[in-house]
Amino acid sequence: MTATQSPGTIPAPRTRYTQRTTTRGNFELYSWVFMRASGVLLVVLVFGHLFVNLMVGEGVKAIDFAFVAGKWSSPFWQIWDLLMLWLAMFHGTNGVRTIINDYAERNATRGILKTLLYLAFTVVVVLGTLVIFTFDPCPTNADPELLASFCTA
Amino acid sequence: MTAVLENHATESTETEAGAVPSFEVTLRIRRYNPESAHGDQAVWEEFTVTAHGTDRVLDALHKIKWELDGSLTFRRSCAHGICGSDAMRINGRNRLACKTLLKDVNPDKPITVEPIKGLPVVKDLVVDMEPFFASYREIMPFLITSGNEPSRERIQSPEDRARFDDTTKCILCAACTSSCPVFWTDGQYFGPAAIVNAHRFIFDSRDEGAVQRLEILNDKEGVWRCRTTFNCTEACPRGIEVTKAIQEVKRAMITRAF
Repeated sequence: MTATQSPGTIPAPRTRYTQRTTTRGNFELYSWVFMRASGVLLVVLVFGHLFVNLMVGEGVKAIDFAFVAGKWSSPFWQIWDLLMLWLAMFHGTNGVRTIINDYAERNATRGILKTLLYLAFTVVVVLGTLVIFTFDPCPTNADPELLASFCTA
Repeated sequence: MTAVLENHATESTETEAGAVPSFEVTLRIRRYNPESAHGDQAVWEEFTVTAHGTDRVLDALHKIKWELDGSLTFRRSCAHGICGSDAMRINGRNRLACKTLLKDVNPDKPITVEPIKGLPVVKDLVVDMEPFFASYREIMPFLITSGNEPSRERIQSPEDRARFDDTTKCILCAACTSSCPVFWTDGQYFGPAAIVNAHRFIFDSRDEGAVQRLEILNDKEGVWRCRTTFNCTEACPRGIEVTKAIQEVKRAMITRAF
């Protein structure tokens, strides 16, 4: 934005018009396209997830520790859940980022809110990814009382 | 013209057949004058005037300024919806005071009149339009071509002209930009009006500066800040489909990038 001049003063006729400092780059463009694409993909992934968990077979009654453990033993569901986790987290974080940009007026507030947001994003994505890939329903050397009933050593 | 004047003279005495009905209307105006006793505090002030069924909000404002309080300050130039000087917030919506009939904004209740939002108020209904025009200048609202000037006019087919016809109607009244919630919180956003005027040249077959303009609007504060709330389309006194124009600029950018 141009420098605000005090009312009543006329700028010198030879001073060049100063252009705004540009923040160009294709980041906002790609983030806009990503929101649309990930949204469509998430509709398929989330409703597929709900359908398989709640409707197929015995339905919602079948869900227990063993059900989840069984699902995550297959690479197909590992990839499915990983994709769902990552897309949802990127999609949601990007959405909240734009909301913060829209509503936080002060730079400090915006900075703090975004730091918290990215921190939450990192924790959830790292933890979630770790669980999906390292999940073991029957860990060796564990207290037998804490193990699930289907773990026959 | 004379017929109207005669009508005007007789109707005050008694309502006869064909006379324009008159009524009392109250305007609730947001006043601001840092040099007054109120200082930096804006205050609401009510004025009641007699108006006719054919009167616009601008006529009521004139009556207040000319007969009740000469210190009331507002902009108006042509008073016929072309110059774009008198955009203001009437009953919570951005409109041109010269295009809004009093009878259309429910004169039974006080009509609120405020300056447009998001721009610094100078006095009463007058705002500082400089941030608005700065964004307008930024998108280079002029024809950019290369080569020699033709000795005749630049020929364009009716189809090519129709492509950007809608956005040529802009009168730069700032009703759209000052109705945009993104602009309210972030004055850095280019705003709908600047994008509309960029659209007018980007889709002009005679213009060669489309890439530069798209590059400018690809800014962090450019078209991607638009949340398609359609406030601008609703506010436009010229009926420009502003949000559609913004989406067309977005599409042009995406097809250019991929």
